[in-house]
Amino acid sequence: MARAPRPFTPKVVTANDLLEGDVIYLTEDDQWTRRLSEAEIIEDEAHAQVRLLHAERQPEKLVGAYLMDVAKGENGPEPTHFREDFRRTGPSNYLHGKQEVSAHV
Amino acid sequence: MYKYSEFDDAFLAQRNAQFRAQVERRISGALTEDEFKPLRLMNGLYLQLHAYMLRVAIPYGTLSSAQMRQLAQLAEKWDKGYGHFTTRQNIQYNWPKLRDVPDMLDALAEVGLHAIQTSGNTIRNVTADHFAGAAADEIADPRPYAELIRQWSTDHPDYQFLGRKFKIAVTGAPHDRAVIKAHDIGLQVVERHGEPGFKVLVGGGLGRTPMIGKVIREFLPEADLLPYLEAILTVYNLLGRRDNKYKARIKILVHETGIEEIRDRVEAKFAEIRPEFSGADMDVLDEIRGYFAPPTLTGRSMAPYDEAYKADPIFRAWADTNIAPHRADGHAIVTISLKAHGETPGDATADQMRLMADLAEAYGHDELRISHEQNVILPHVHKADLPAIHAALKEARLATANLGLISDIIACPGMDYCALATARSIPIAQEIATRFDELKLEHEIGELKLKISGCINACGHHHVGHIGILGLDRAGVENYQITLGGDATEDAAIGTRTGPGFSSDDIVPAIERLVLAYLDVREGPEETFLQTYKRLGMDPFKTALYEEEAKANAA
Repeated sequence: MARAPRPFTPKVVTANDLLEGDVIYLTEDDQWTRRLSEAEIIEDEAHAQVRLLHAERQPEKLVGAYLMDVAKGENGPEPTHFREDFRRTGPSNYLHGKQEVSAHV
Repeated sequence: MYKYSEFDDAFLAQRNAQFRAQVERRISGALTEDEFKPLRLMNGLYLQLHAYMLRVAIPYGTLSSAQMRQLAQLAEKWDKGYGHFTTRQNIQYNWPKLRDVPDMLDALAEVGLHAIQTSGNTIRNVTADHFAGAAADEIADPRPYAELIRQWSTDHPDYQFLGRKFKIAVTGAPHDRAVIKAHDIGLQVVERHGEPGFKVLVGGGLGRTPMIGKVIREFLPEADLLPYLEAILTVYNLLGRRDNKYKARIKILVHETGIEEIRDRVEAKFAEIRPEFSGADMDVLDEIRGYFAPPTLTGRSMAPYDEAYKADPIFRAWADTNIAPHRADGHAIVTISLKAHGETPGDATADQMRLMADLAEAYGHDELRISHEQNVILPHVHKADLPAIHAALKEARLATANLGLISDIIACPGMDYCALATARSIPIAQEIATRFDELKLEHEIGELKLKISGCINACGHHHVGHIGILGLDRAGVENYQITLGGDATEDAAIGTRTGPGFSSDDIVPAIERLVLAYLDVREGPEETFLQTYKRLGMDPFKTALYEEEAKANAA
């Protein structure tokens, strides 16, 4: 008996910026953003692989591109795992990283 | 202190120029990340969760005030104003930018520091007793040997691509403050018939398969040190597994092969290569010893110390906790706690680093040490100067009187920084320290070594903590396992798991129940947590951790 295909968990392409080292996300219009809320939510496997390849072809901009799981939230993609929550925020002992930037806005 | 020769300076300048060119080629696109990664790792540059991280070696944990000031300068100029001292006597910068790293390395070279072999499958920074040259119980200063090993192992062509990383620690005292039994090779300076030599241990390590090092040679004459190390490394290089990263450390080889066969093979190799060592290595050792001549210590009146000790209870608490006996009368070893309650263990700001450098220059024969317990030491201080030192430290929030107590926690960076981590360590350490400070109990509790790792690799030494905490990812949630009975000293032992782990909300109350249970069942204030655990075993602690929790939930 054929099993029903597993539902695809939505994805975002993420990496670290080559020069700064900080976390970046791929947007729908092929830009790299520092904000997860602006990232493209990818909803099917084939498109996810195409977008990941697109990222991997930019070694001069980034390091270690991969697909992260997300959930669709009111303000765009939300992390489903605490590791990705830390990556989009920064460390918990100082207001450094992305939370430092948002604190200045 | 060891001073770089022209050869050392030229070597480092060349390496830094090479790395600068490699960074440029990476940025221009001439090198892929796959090509660049091993090159940056060879120079101590990691990519972590939020940023690059530069790990700088502090050989055997010894720094001059000029070096400490330069570390402060790096923190301020190229990082966010602080640095993190690690369990391997290194310092890590958490926020460097790729383009700045070559400048940082050049700045380090100005004071004889570098980041070479702080990563990769090489012989890492050689660590030593942080009280070396000062401790009352010491047979010999271990640092000349550590420096000899550093010179031998740095850029050694045979050891650039070992099966896995390789860590060597040296102690000159019978009381082990360097955790030598948890190293790939541990060396303890011993004497036989008045001749100096080493007891050699091999195959210790923490990580996912913790092992206590085994004695491979009871007595190794001093002159045989390098050929014997070379024999061990050669046997490991030939026989060590390369098929599985998790089984590639020498501890697995020793465990799977048996210490007797490893010993036979090492001795055979040693017999073969010993004649190749003409004694030039011992000439180098003699020369190195000159750099580690003990400082000239002079006798002075102890009156300022005695008066402060009598009059100032805060000074007295600090002196009772943070001062260790020095080999010379009237002197003391000062440990500066980088564990202020609620702060990140091992972190120091640039201003704090400068202050510690100033104190070392003014009162401490220009020497500082970094301990694997993530504190800073002034090894040679006259007791008369302690009140002035304490007053200056107090101003800089560096006078916490908690050495060896429950808030003197070792914690790895954990998932706040580290790409390998499975859970956070730092906030757990901060909360435990804050909680026990609120309870005002830690001096009553007495000696208690609590160590936290944010993943199975055990950088936070949780296996050898009296209480160990290991942070894991259990189905997408942070979960903290507790081990009890670990010991990092000459009586080294691996802790035993208590049972199921606790959530990040429940772990601090769990530790509190555990410690309160100890206070209930100990025979008296002189019985430490570890002694009580050894006497009574796991049961009372399990009850406190799990049955009381179940009762609370049922209520």
